[in-house]
Amino acid sequence: MTPLEFFLSGTMSAATVFLLAALGELVAEKSGMLNLGVEGMMAISAAVGFVVTYQTGSHIFGFSIAAVAGIFVSLIFALVSITFLANQVATGLAVGILSLGVSALIGKKYESLTISAPDPIFIPGLSDIPFIGAVFFQQNIVVYCAILMSVMIAFCLNKTRLGLAIRACGENPKAAEALSYSVWKIRYGAVAFGGMMAGFAGAYASTIYTPLWADGMIAGRGWIAVALVVFGTWKTSRIFLGAYLFGMVTLGELVVQSLGFAVPSQFLTAMPFVITIVVLAIISADMSRLRLHAPYSLGETYDGSESR
Amino acid sequence: MLFQFEKRNSASRALILATPFFAIAVTVLLSSTMLLLQGKSLHTTFFAFFIEPFESTYAISEIFLKFGPLLLIAQALAIGFRAKIWNIGAEGQMIMGAVVASSIPVYFTDSESIFLLPAMIILGALGGMAWAAIAAFLRVRFNANEILVTLMLSSVALQILYYLLLGPWKDPMGFNFPQTVMFQDAALFPPIIFGFRLNYSLIIPLIFTVFVWIYMERRFGGFQLVVGGLAPNAATYAGYSSGGAVWKSLLIAGFAAGIAGMSEVAGPIGQLQRSVTSGYGYSAIIVAYLGGLHPVGIFFAAFFLSVIHIGGDYALVTADLPISSVHIFQGLLLVTYLASYTFVNYRFRSRKAQREYIESSAT
Amino acid sequence: MQNEQKPLLSLSQLTKIYGSLAANDLIDLNVFSGSIHAILGENGAGKSTLMKLVYGVETPDAGEIHWNGQKVNNWNPAVARRLGIGMVFQHFSLFETLSVVENIALTIEGSRPELIERIRKIGADYQLEIDPMAMVNSLSVGQRQRVEIIRCLMQDLKLLILDEPTSVLPPQHVGALFDALRKLQNDGVAILYISHKLEEIRELCDVATILRDGKVTGTVDPNQSTAQELATLMIGRSIPKIDRHDSQNKTKSEVLAIRNLSVKNLDPFGADLRNCNLNVFGGEIVGIAGVSGNGQQELGRIISGEELNSDLNPSSIEMFGQSVKGKGVIERRDLGFSFVPEERLGRGAVPSMSLRQNSLLTAFKKGMLKKGFIQSDRVAEYTDQCISEFSVKASGSSATANSLSGGNLQKFLVGRELCLQPKLLFLSQPTWGVDVGSANEIRRKLINLRDAGVAILVVSEELEELFEITDRMYVLRSGSLSPSMKTSEVTPDEIGEYMIGEKREEMDHAISV
Repeated sequence: MTPLEFFLSGTMSAATVFLLAALGELVAEKSGMLNLGVEGMMAISAAVGFVVTYQTGSHIFGFSIAAVAGIFVSLIFALVSITFLANQVATGLAVGILSLGVSALIGKKYESLTISAPDPIFIPGLSDIPFIGAVFFQQNIVVYCAILMSVMIAFCLNKTRLGLAIRACGENPKAAEALSYSVWKIRYGAVAFGGMMAGFAGAYASTIYTPLWADGMIAGRGWIAVALVVFGTWKTSRIFLGAYLFGMVTLGELVVQSLGFAVPSQFLTAMPFVITIVVLAIISADMSRLRLHAPYSLGETYDGSESR
Repeated sequence: MLFQFEKRNSASRALILATPFFAIAVTVLLSSTMLLLQGKSLHTTFFAFFIEPFESTYAISEIFLKFGPLLLIAQALAIGFRAKIWNIGAEGQMIMGAVVASSIPVYFTDSESIFLLPAMIILGALGGMAWAAIAAFLRVRFNANEILVTLMLSSVALQILYYLLLGPWKDPMGFNFPQTVMFQDAALFPPIIFGFRLNYSLIIPLIFTVFVWIYMERRFGGFQLVVGGLAPNAATYAGYSSGGAVWKSLLIAGFAAGIAGMSEVAGPIGQLQRSVTSGYGYSAIIVAYLGGLHPVGIFFAAFFLSVIHIGGDYALVTADLPISSVHIFQGLLLVTYLASYTFVNYRFRSRKAQREYIESSAT
Repeated sequence: MQNEQKPLLSLSQLTKIYGSLAANDLIDLNVFSGSIHAILGENGAGKSTLMKLVYGVETPDAGEIHWNGQKVNNWNPAVARRLGIGMVFQHFSLFETLSVVENIALTIEGSRPELIERIRKIGADYQLEIDPMAMVNSLSVGQRQRVEIIRCLMQDLKLLILDEPTSVLPPQHVGALFDALRKLQNDGVAILYISHKLEEIRELCDVATILRDGKVTGTVDPNQSTAQELATLMIGRSIPKIDRHDSQNKTKSEVLAIRNLSVKNLDPFGADLRNCNLNVFGGEIVGIAGVSGNGQQELGRIISGEELNSDLNPSSIEMFGQSVKGKGVIERRDLGFSFVPEERLGRGAVPSMSLRQNSLLTAFKKGMLKKGFIQSDRVAEYTDQCISEFSVKASGSSATANSLSGGNLQKFLVGRELCLQPKLLFLSQPTWGVDVGSANEIRRKLINLRDAGVAILVVSEELEELFEITDRMYVLRSGSLSPSMKTSEVTPDEIGEYMIGEKREEMDHAISV
């Protein structure tokens, strides 16, 4: 692999963590639920995914249990914010703090152990194409799955009745209820889906992208995923691009270091966060675009009463 | 839904007071279950958590050492939370307060001036405020979500801290440890009791609490912030500036967190090092909520969480509990508090009252 | 009549309780196929609650619903729709960011092309044409109502419920709606028609059930009863009429002047304002008629100062002869301006705060502050004054705003603003959701205030109200204002022509003058 091939191929791998988590958060937000616990859900799933994979040697098993863990945590959020009508922002933070603590507990005995990542899938024919093959067609199967998921989620949200119902709940839950949609069921479902996707993202981070467990290894990537949904103005295609952009920024850190530039590493580590802030400011400044695409009831507690 | 809530005509005052105690009870119950599952002794653990912190004067002094910064930051965060300005980056503001305040003892290592400490307090406050001001500016000018911005800024602040500790500010005699020189006595708060770490910086949070109470309960400025949080359209209608609320909330938080950071380096730590915040920025969020976002409630909540922190340290030794158990306890506490708080504004849909009405009108 | 026939829908002893209030108290009602059945009652009589029970949005606390003689359990909107019940909501249950066909696909099975085809066909059959691909946010209020009706017609419709359907229509479009409803009636559909307007019920309906305070007070043939009889059943006493008289002491100088005001809206779902011209003199009441959503919100925010547009020309908005461009809400209030918005809870008042705190909200300059400290005795005094002068029914000045009924809260808000002794008063929808008694009190206060020389601007959807109290009127449509008209020289039909845009050329002409 040439350095450029390595860089681009690594970008796809790094982007997958962001993409999976952001897609899940997108679905939850489309139903009106602002779940800020993504970082925590990813941390727990990363720990669980690592522990299960380490113990069983099966990545598939690790991914599955990680997804279950993600769903479990997201349901705590759903219970408190949907059933118990608590403020979504505060609940998301609370669940996040709780999950980070639990992840440290789960992974405590596995600190700094490593496992081997599964071999990438070489797509027959395509992977032999010079350059393109090395970049695009020698990836882990999860990378392909994440891309497929983007397409499926875009289709579901825009073209199916389920997608319409999710968007309806996010825009005007009272009206959705009047059309006999069960707002709480749809929102529980959307939040749980977000939990599952965060679970995949966490498991991918700890068993494939960097196959090791370290406390705090998610390192803000969950929060960047939340920001990505805003960057993409709640559109799947733009979120996809954003995830790949941030994959590139993450990789940039490694590349700049390997090229031996005399830039302090702290500067590079801070880069994704600085870029997030700048992009967030640029995108948010266009209020009319946000109004057009943001789910209108996002973050609002729905108690079924008359005034909204 | 499995069960349904019905809005109360007005919030129940009794339940506002009862909610934190209920949440603590549920949290203790849940954590007991977790402990039993791990095969830990409940007795040893809870003894470590709730009794040991009171067994020696030293332990009690340590509780108050934690109490100061927690109280200071939580009071300030609560102001913002009531205005629905979600500053969750107190951690970063605290770091920047500590960093900027540390510049004086780092560059004037020999000065014994009595102005050293006051100057550090001012710089600490300014450092925290400047960091918070970035988020306020981006929110007001560009509508950028302050939750994400303050959080990202915390990560950036941490990297700035690391850079300074590994680079320009590293103690040349420090065996390559990422820390600055130990500060001279003039740059430190004097201890209240000789030999203990508890120092006179504790006065600042106490005074601050009184000011916050006056501001939120008696002043028009506090009223305006609360209106903005409860009904933003009403605030606009009345002509209260929403940008002003963002600036006020964030600058007050930056001020408090900055001073809290400064008091750590000029107090128990005595130098700038990596673990300058001890997670106070996040714990303070829990303190603010557990205290019902009210200055008096926060006073007691800060004390309670300080006990938990010190108890956690003891539990680490005597009950062999991991450090993360304190975080889990805190997280659980906030989750259960938020769920329980529902009962302040709602009650279970009562069928009984309705049946009674129908029966009485039928006769 | 169809009395021999079995009722399609029969309610017996239906009861719904909110808190301690019985919104519906032992209601009995029979609805027959092929009949247009009016539910008449004033605001707060329980009409909307009853319809929500019938449609299954709310569950009754007692009583039974029978459909074709069968008792139906587990009543909910899905069941209601399956039985053939359709409902057109007063505040529509459409989704702004979805297209017409997407909105319909939420409840009606079928592929997109099929649905589009059916929407077109029904549109042609009932003269309810609509573009199926249009986004709902781009539709006018009347067009949205069409979408709701079409949605009902796409199911196998047996009973159609309409909640105050004409409140969002200009007079000229009411006829078309009635035609469509009569066609449905001929097809054998039963129609429940909710309204508080006596005249249209007498024109359209063949039976009327009257509600008052949640109870049925009578079921009559509206064509056999006089308006006075219906009104007595509805209100329990005869309606006191307001004595209309024109303004006597209109001042020479403009108190509010808006000149060539054009504002591009940043909200993609809002309206732009186009070249608006308007003035209000002291001692007169000026009305702005028109269907909501035509720029009322936007114009209101510009006048109140809640929205400060930096691109405005300084002369485009003036109060008391000076430009108020760039002056915020508080500065305008200092000049003598005062404003009551249409949303009472959440804008005019903070719902969970006490009436005292809500006085402080806007009246803080009435000696309530001393160096920034709140003077609670002064706040209480002011609040008590508002409560007693405007006979607000509340448990006291520490009652929360959301514990008051719509009418009482509105009286309190009007009172709060009037006690500020404004010289220019601006009210938006002053009697929305307010009971007749309170509405009359408020209107009378406004006329007294005008006679005392205050300049008053009223935005209202209710033409009757504007004809009752104003001296001059404008019509706001698609962000443009009509020329000024003297209320005593204009008819509702003429106003209606401006509302639907038939007098478009004159509006353009007015702009160029």
